[in-house]
Amino acid sequence: MSASLATVSYLGATILFILCLGGLSNQETARRGNLYGIIGMTIAVLATVFGPRVVAGGLPWIIGAMVVGGAVGLYAARVVKMTQMPELVALMHSMVGLAACLVGFASYIDTSIAYTGAEKAIHEIEIYVGILIGAVTFSGSVIAFGKLSGKIGGKPVLLPGRHFLNLAGLLIVIYFGREFLHAGTIAQGMTPLIVMTIISLLFGVHMVMAIGGADMPVVVSMLNSYSGWAAAATGFMLSNDLLIVTGALVGSSGAILSYIMCNAMNRNFLSVIAGGFGSDGGAPAPAASSSVQPAGEVVAVSATETADLLREAKNVIIVPGYGMAVAQAQHTVYEITEYLREKGVNVRFGIHPVAGRMPGHMNVLLAEAKVPYDIVFEMDELNEDFPETDVAMVIGANDIVNPAAQEDPASPIAGMPVLEVWKAKTSIVMKRSMASGYAGVDNPLFYKDNNRMLFGDAKKMLEEVFVALKAAE
Amino acid sequence: MSLCIGVPREIFPGEKRVATVPEVVEKLIKLGFKVAIESGAGEHANFSDDTYRAAGAEVVADAPTLWATSDIVFKVRAPSDEEVALLREGGALISFVWPAQHPDLMQKLAAKKATVLAIDCLPRLLSRAQKMDALTSMNGISGYRAVIEAANAFGRFFNGQMTAAGKVPPAKVFIAGAGVAGLAAIGTAANLGAIVRANDTRAEVADQVKSLGGEFVKVDYEEDGSGGGGYAKVMSEGFQQAQREMYAKQAREVDIIITTALIPGKPAPKLITAEMVQSMKPGSVIVDMAGEQGGNCELTEPGKAVVKHGVTIIGYTDLPSRLAKQASTAYANNLLRLTEELCKSKDGQINVNMEDDAIRGLTVIKEGAITWPAPPLKQPAPPPAAKPAAEAPVVAKKAQGHGHGGSSEAMPAGKAAVFFGIGAILFWLVGAFAPEAFLGHFTVFVLACFVGYMVVWNVKPALHTPLMSVTNAVSSIIAIGALVQIAPPLSGGGDRPDDLIRWLALGAIVLSTINMFGGFAVTRRMLEMFRK
Repeated sequence: MSASLATVSYLGATILFILCLGGLSNQETARRGNLYGIIGMTIAVLATVFGPRVVAGGLPWIIGAMVVGGAVGLYAARVVKMTQMPELVALMHSMVGLAACLVGFASYIDTSIAYTGAEKAIHEIEIYVGILIGAVTFSGSVIAFGKLSGKIGGKPVLLPGRHFLNLAGLLIVIYFGREFLHAGTIAQGMTPLIVMTIISLLFGVHMVMAIGGADMPVVVSMLNSYSGWAAAATGFMLSNDLLIVTGALVGSSGAILSYIMCNAMNRNFLSVIAGGFGSDGGAPAPAASSSVQPAGEVVAVSATETADLLREAKNVIIVPGYGMAVAQAQHTVYEITEYLREKGVNVRFGIHPVAGRMPGHMNVLLAEAKVPYDIVFEMDELNEDFPETDVAMVIGANDIVNPAAQEDPASPIAGMPVLEVWKAKTSIVMKRSMASGYAGVDNPLFYKDNNRMLFGDAKKMLEEVFVALKAAE
Repeated sequence: MSLCIGVPREIFPGEKRVATVPEVVEKLIKLGFKVAIESGAGEHANFSDDTYRAAGAEVVADAPTLWATSDIVFKVRAPSDEEVALLREGGALISFVWPAQHPDLMQKLAAKKATVLAIDCLPRLLSRAQKMDALTSMNGISGYRAVIEAANAFGRFFNGQMTAAGKVPPAKVFIAGAGVAGLAAIGTAANLGAIVRANDTRAEVADQVKSLGGEFVKVDYEEDGSGGGGYAKVMSEGFQQAQREMYAKQAREVDIIITTALIPGKPAPKLITAEMVQSMKPGSVIVDMAGEQGGNCELTEPGKAVVKHGVTIIGYTDLPSRLAKQASTAYANNLLRLTEELCKSKDGQINVNMEDDAIRGLTVIKEGAITWPAPPLKQPAPPPAAKPAAEAPVVAKKAQGHGHGGSSEAMPAGKAAVFFGIGAILFWLVGAFAPEAFLGHFTVFVLACFVGYMVVWNVKPALHTPLMSVTNAVSSIIAIGALVQIAPPLSGGGDRPDDLIRWLALGAIVLSTINMFGGFAVTRRMLEMFRK
């Protein structure tokens, strides 16, 4: 295959990747979009393997590596549970990051293409930056994976003077960057490169360790973005436009997702990344919220009473949160939904953008449980319908339904858009206990007159509700 | 030694309610009390002595014995003089009392060294007091019953029908006063299929009226009638004039008028004049729920249903009692909640805790000392100024939307200038120092960022997870970088450490193909699940 043909193939692949992302704009075209992605990837890989830059001798190695990698990938995709999607995605980001590092090192020690002058400097900067991003992505994603899968505690770990640590790290990285550029030989350049890699790895670990559970959607999408930038940097390093374009697509996609997630929490990106909820404002969160103590009392209900409320309702909105994912309750939710819909009850789902641990997490879980997507709505689509809703059922969510965000300007979550479940005639909150949510803010919703609490494990309680619903026939 | 709660038969003529029901008796006993019932107390509310006995109550044959043995007496109506005479010295009484209307009664009860909790004196604004709010539960029942009485006296269907025998127009119902009773009446009448209109001097109830299926009729005059505490106040002369005109207009149009207008401590306002009654269609019905306080209609005869000018005017003062079973059950539950508050330790003893706002309000006589009226409640200070400030950013955020039109938000001019300024400097730096080969790639990179930006904003939030996994799969394009390193056509650079590079590249290929295959496969699996 000639060089021109390879370039044209890359162009085709680029277009297919853009169509792939474009296809995800709605559920009907999404599957085709994925197919475009697969075709684009196949074209890109084949054009490279049979292109001018790979000789026949490399083929056995390539095929061997791809068979191993492909088998592992397909196996993982098959066995992963939908509740584990965030972990899987984080783990995959780490692989892109590590691959970018490896390619960067290989590219540095590769002398087959000689650069001179400014080109050499730029090439080396590209390598340096590429490895830096790759290393941060790798270690950050590994920690994110650990946190999401529960192998590492979800609480933010805040080192004293962490901002100074980060700053010091940055200065050292810049200093060694200079050393690296001035290095005469590869052997001399290796030391600064390795030191920088280690610092980047530590920085990635430190950054994600400082971020708590509910900020994970931002972290996961941010790492997604980084993995794209890592690919783009590799593209610069190797003068490969396909890599640059694809990396930029992925990078901007991740950046937009991070932006949407931050908006949905009414926090700015820097404060999320800086870590620790409310720790930047000086005063700890509970002290700030004490100006308005929720008044009234908490009314607990049983599963049977919940079933009665549901049976008598005409309009029901279910608001799922991370608790539903933890309890794996989505299938029971579906059974109840199906039962109520057969009885003519209008059941809908309201999804907050940051519900769960990853953008769109709840949608995937509900889709897995076969909940039809046309009754699953975004927050903005149904927030105005709560006053006409008889029962709003909150399953394992807290901060995203906290009226304090609108009512209490002193609250740490003030201004965050929330689902207005308290406007429904009755709201039922399913929760394990009265513990406050991630933001550490007491939820005045629990004390509202029209709110009922159903305490217990979401799955177990929902099963009881379902049994009670059927028993009443 | 647990206390005994006694429930006598109501002796007021026509009163059918009873202060407790068998279901609640069980719960009172669980609280540690003994319960005694006068024989026949629940008869008119369809609760026989046997059902009380089955619930664990002791049935006492006559009133004097019951009063003598009870530590606490539960009643519905305020006690008569004979009943006060029966009350034990130092005993406790919980019932409706209306201390403002019955000063002598208060004196007599005080002389008995009694402790009296007047359920009508509950501080209704206290949200935790709502469960014991008997006025609300009785008013709700009255509102329902008022519609039933009206339907009974009215000669037509409530709902519009198209039958073989011709068309029936729906009844038009006008409800004056949208308090608890008014709202219950609106809901009941709307459910029967009538066209319901309602009016209240408090403008804030308009939404509640609409939510129950009624239409809110405004008085053409600007004045808000909230008199504090959720009650109405007396309105200005100008307003009353406008209001009269509105009522006169409604009277000509509607078939049924239900009036519920009450102002605390004052005679009921006369809303419906004799002329208005005259102007109504023959066969129309007026239910005047304010009969006890003199009535909202000039022609109302309290306690009776009369026909005047062809209009049936119902002035019954015992509407809750006409739904005796329901009313008794609701009242009994209100008293149960009150008892729970009095007996937090569940040991059959009561503690009249005057520190508790709800109990303080209820207690009109404590051990012979008149404690009525209670001092006004300390209102929790509302943060009025802060609220609009808190709402403003929420609105601003909403305007940005998710997934669509992210670029539509207008940046302040100064910020935009800084933004573009920095951009210009960066571009200048790149242009000044970077070699041409780099610029080509740089162009592609910047354009690709913009394409990505445009494309991704169109992605539905529901598909964000598949988007992440597919972009993740796509980013494994990094494999290309490894592929070109594994076995390049050699071009002279003799000292290339082939083996080391090969192993590094192989590692990168394995990692990125895991991602490639895994990412696409899992995206596919997810998308398969999305179905209508």
